[in-house]
Amino acid sequence: MNFTFSEDERAFEAEVETFLRDKLPPEIAARTHRGEEIGKADTERWQAILSQKGWLAPTWPVEHGGADWDPVKHYLYDAAACRAGAPRTVPFGVNMLGPVLIAFGTPAQQQHYLPRILNGKDWWCQGYSEPGAGSDLASLRTRAEQDGDYYIINGQKTWTTLGQYANNIFCLVRTRASGKPQEGISFVLVDLDTPGVEMQPIKLIEGGHEVNEVFFTDARVPVANRVGEENKGWTIAKYLLGHERTGIAGVGLSTHALTRLKAVARQQTRNGKPLIEDPLFSSKIAEVEIDLAAMTITNLRMLTQSQGSPGPEASMLKIKGTVIHQTLNDLARRALGPAAAPFPAEALAANLALVEDTQARNAARYFNNRKLSIFGGSNEIQRNILSAMTLGNRR
Amino acid sequence: MNFEPTSERRMISDALARLLADHSDVSSRDETAFQAPYSRTKTWQALSEMGAFAALAHESAGGFGGEGFDIATVFEALGRALCPEPVLAQLLSIQLLTHVGDSSVNNALTGATRYALAWEEPDTWFDIERIDTQATTENGNILITGRKSVVYGAPAAQRYLVLAKFEGDLALFDVDADTVERHSYAMIDGGGAAELFFRATPATLLINDARAPLQLALDAGALALCAEAVGIMDVLRDTTRDYLGTRKQFGAHIGRFQALQHRFVDLSIEIEQARSITQLAASRLGDTEGSRSVSMAKHLIGRVGQLVAEESIQMHGGIAMTWEYTVSHYAKRLTMIDHQLGDRDQHLQRVMQTL
Ligand SMILES: Cc1cc2nc3c(=O)[nH]c(=O)nc-3n(C[C@H](O)[C@H](O)[C@H](O)COP(=O)(O)OP(=O)(O)OC[C@H]3O[C@@H](n4cnc5c(N)ncnc54)[C@H](O)[C@@H]3O)c2cc1C
Repeated sequence: MNFTFSEDERAFEAEVETFLRDKLPPEIAARTHRGEEIGKADTERWQAILSQKGWLAPTWPVEHGGADWDPVKHYLYDAAACRAGAPRTVPFGVNMLGPVLIAFGTPAQQQHYLPRILNGKDWWCQGYSEPGAGSDLASLRTRAEQDGDYYIINGQKTWTTLGQYANNIFCLVRTRASGKPQEGISFVLVDLDTPGVEMQPIKLIEGGHEVNEVFFTDARVPVANRVGEENKGWTIAKYLLGHERTGIAGVGLSTHALTRLKAVARQQTRNGKPLIEDPLFSSKIAEVEIDLAAMTITNLRMLTQSQGSPGPEASMLKIKGTVIHQTLNDLARRALGPAAAPFPAEALAANLALVEDTQARNAARYFNNRKLSIFGGSNEIQRNILSAMTLGNRR
Repeated sequence: MNFEPTSERRMISDALARLLADHSDVSSRDETAFQAPYSRTKTWQALSEMGAFAALAHESAGGFGGEGFDIATVFEALGRALCPEPVLAQLLSIQLLTHVGDSSVNNALTGATRYALAWEEPDTWFDIERIDTQATTENGNILITGRKSVVYGAPAAQRYLVLAKFEGDLALFDVDADTVERHSYAMIDGGGAAELFFRATPATLLINDARAPLQLALDAGALALCAEAVGIMDVLRDTTRDYLGTRKQFGAHIGRFQALQHRFVDLSIEIEQARSITQLAASRLGDTEGSRSVSMAKHLIGRVGQLVAEESIQMHGGIAMTWEYTVSHYAKRLTMIDHQLGDRDQHLQRVMQTL
């Protein structure tokens, strides 16, 4: 074992840092550091810059325009990008649909859609969940009935993240009502401009708009937009879950969150001393730092050792990674004391922030990130997966 | 020992529940909780008429309650209804005005004069020893200079009770709200607060050495917050229990999954602990163990509150992440109670100092 980075890896890190210094627009970085929504235009602007460098889809194979990074490089990039305040790459096209098309798409679908993901022509959103189908995704009820060369789609999707910016949605739909629920699902691509597709915003706990409901009423979608075989959509969904491991632990984000936490704990004073010198508080920071140090290694070890074969590691990384991130958010909120109270948008607008503007949204961030243990397969569902894998279904 | 509330307190509790029921759906709460002045005149008057403020002071001061259990009764009901009205600001002020001994307390008890207690500053972090606002005498007039921060209820207040250094003491002053530069905002969990800027602002001296009365008032305030939290926790527990019994996934109510069952009962146990420590603090408010007991309660409420808020959201899944569903607002309020009148660490430190 050797836990030092190779010369190659160090050179790569230096390249990343230079790139971020030269190419990341400072006003975008400032907004990321303040925890503001980045919005459509600036997200697209940054993703175009990344794409030009060939780093928008680093895990794709080179022949499709990816960079084929290994987990170490991915980690180094991620940590540097979070430090610098680069916006997160919107995952739906790059990390979700891309790999699906590469594995299951027809050559025509690959040639049409993959370049459009890389050049920013398409913004994808994910239409899996429904009001009645959350953890039990296979119970989804949005129907697609074939009519000649078209599917007629009726039903509702919900929790569609950043759907308001998207022009396309990939959906799991029911194409067969009989048999096992998992065996009647298909994966289809839907242009959001299709007549009969409507989107409505959902306001989240902290007041932000990042998720939506999508309604389908007799929406006609070409059968050619199906990915993979009919009624085999579940295989695709499972493939994605297993392959969505890189970045699932959020180590880069948490590492940056720890830096921010220490910064605010140095700025704030309680009982006349910097908060970071108060053992009740600093012991909590130290604990989460220890957890994160372990997670950094767990993450790299699991991703490096288990390439290819989806095993229990994705669930382990998801559970522990999200808990660590939520703990950091919790402490960052508590570090503000009374100053956590103002509704950040209003307090910032009135220029009354009681703390640095990069910390003013700590409470909002804490509330918003309660989502981390709910979405992407809730932490309970991840535990079910893990216990089935490790204990078997012993009764 | 007797654990039953008196019939008077039960009546107050029921009356408050009825009164507040009209205002507690999310959309009508939004109008009060997130729009200046973060209070609705009609609700405030109704609270006054049913005696919600008079219940906060002793008979000797013109009220009809004032015991720890009276305060807890009122605030538990406010918590249950997630009421954003700044009753806490009025409570803190009533507590201090009862030490002044003039008629101002009567106007506070009817709610006719609305007060806010301006004690915290950007650097005090709940510590009265760090108050740095200064009062000086010029030509026989007292003038106050300084900034007060996150003053609850200030946007709707007509008068401020202000803590400032004066002739070597920590003194209490009365200030006309119209003479102060005020920047109001909503709090993240709803309700209003403000930053106040005093610039040689005229003031009337009420209490020369206000340390002891201030500590008593803050104890009463912290107890009130504990009781409010208990009311909120009861609602979150009931709502979560109902949801576990209605939401179906995998062909069963999610309450059938043991992973959730155990967590739900753990949460119920902790809520009972929170209720008990709050009752203990209520029973001791004002006696020699009062301040320490309140700190014990406020600490435990901080810990349990976070658990209940987080677990309620988690066991609901995505729906509790939405603004539209009341659980998110209850959870936010419960969380932010740990940011008012001393957080869990600070109250733990107070308990640690007197082991
Ligand atoms: C902010 C946010 C963004 C999202 N973005 C998207 C998106 O872009 N696209 C998309 O398709 N979806 C998205 N989702 C949906 C997300 O994937 C679901 O919320 C998630 O799958 C949980 O489903 P649910 O909310 O219906 O909760 P439920 O499935 O109803 O679960 C409720 C509770 O029961 C628990 N539970 C359920 N089954 C079991 C069991 N068998 N054993 C033990 N516990 C169980 C859950 O863990 C949870 O605690 C998003 C959600 C949120 C909150």
